[in-house]
Amino acid sequence: MHEAWVALALTLKVAGWATALNLVLGVGVGYAMARWRFPGRDLADAVLTLPMVMPPTVLGYYMLVLIGTQGPIGAWLLQHFGIRLIFTWQAAVIAATVVSFPLVFKSARAAFETVDPQLEDAARLLGISEVAVFFRVSLPLAWRGVLAGLLLSFARAMGEFGATLMVAGSIPGKTQTLSIAVYEAVQAGQDDTANVLVAITSLVCVCVLLSAGRLVPGRVAPRN
Amino acid sequence: MIWDIDIAKRLQHGSASFDLAVAFRSDAARMVLFGPSGAGKTQTLKILAGLVRADRGRVGIAGRTLFCSTTHVNLSPQQRRLAYVFQDYALFPHLTVRQNIAFATRTGWANPPRKLHDASVDHWIETFRLQPVADHHPHQISGGQRQRTALARALMNQPTALLLDEPFAALDKGLRQHLREDLAELQRTLQIPMLMITHDDDDVRALADDVVQLRAGRVATGSTEPAAARA
Repeated sequence: MHEAWVALALTLKVAGWATALNLVLGVGVGYAMARWRFPGRDLADAVLTLPMVMPPTVLGYYMLVLIGTQGPIGAWLLQHFGIRLIFTWQAAVIAATVVSFPLVFKSARAAFETVDPQLEDAARLLGISEVAVFFRVSLPLAWRGVLAGLLLSFARAMGEFGATLMVAGSIPGKTQTLSIAVYEAVQAGQDDTANVLVAITSLVCVCVLLSAGRLVPGRVAPRN
Repeated sequence: MIWDIDIAKRLQHGSASFDLAVAFRSDAARMVLFGPSGAGKTQTLKILAGLVRADRGRVGIAGRTLFCSTTHVNLSPQQRRLAYVFQDYALFPHLTVRQNIAFATRTGWANPPRKLHDASVDHWIETFRLQPVADHHPHQISGGQRQRTALARALMNQPTALLLDEPFAALDKGLRQHLREDLAELQRTLQIPMLMITHDDDDVRALADDVVQLRAGRVATGSTEPAAARA
């Protein structure tokens, strides 16, 4: 029983951090891709969407190569800051962020593309700085789509298994999230633990979907 | 010289290109750019406002140089201090009429609050008879009220000139004559230089001290003569 709650708390922590990171990254990149035209934009879009279609184990392998102690980023972190990223909960956050990023990026880009650029021009002509135009016009008008993407990415991050297992492993109480704990329990023949874990996961998913249904419609009414 | 305009711009639409070359000088307080749709009127207005950058030339309005390709002057739309009324008004749909009008009073990252009390905002709401709809959103009000909201929002910023893109095109015919008189009255009261673009010759008759005719991206010759003096 106890370990199930530990796994749930860890899962929520990892998914929460991943969603927060994606709020900044997904919204920023989604806005840039919606507004700026540059050569190679379609290629950039394809690369940024890759995590959605690639097998999580392949992503996990890429991350292992990059942030492992032998990898370029991992070696640099270890040498300069003494940080060993691999097999920590922070590595699980990175895995969950990468895997759920396209969900925020795609919905944010689509949402920003529906914002009439003329409204941004109107704000500029009223003397408002570029950053303020984003926070006062573009983001409020795209918020519904962004929020929908964030909730999807939270759900995706919660269920993340393959990439997380590769870079964070399965250390109970440290990196063992719900979906990994379920797998371990079934492998070990602990059906009681598996049942509890599965019930908790289902309940949390229903709660996320219900709050998504309550939050998303009618938040802002951009009709005109 | 109030209007000292000489701009050139090549506009690319896929493989087709369109050359815009517009030059006129005038001291008329009420200037009208007249021409059929596709003549480049809106692009010209956007170049004056700094939303589109001209390839070369000069934009001087009310004694200020806003753009000059030879001296590398190019003020941002924020710095140009021009009131601009878009054809479909471009009101912020997520803000109330009061918040729309008060938009320029806040320069930070947050929009003005719904319950804002500001003397100059209240003044414009009264001037444009918008008290009954001040807390409504743009989709809840009539076309005439939207136009007045757009005008009030643009004038709040103490602009040096007023630019209008087909301000009556989105309104009923019956309402237009009435609103033309309102606009002429407003311009007389504020003493602010005004430039309007239109394809409706009724607008020219009612509101032009001087007319420039545009055809296929050029000023049609023989049309820069000042129209009959104000009645």
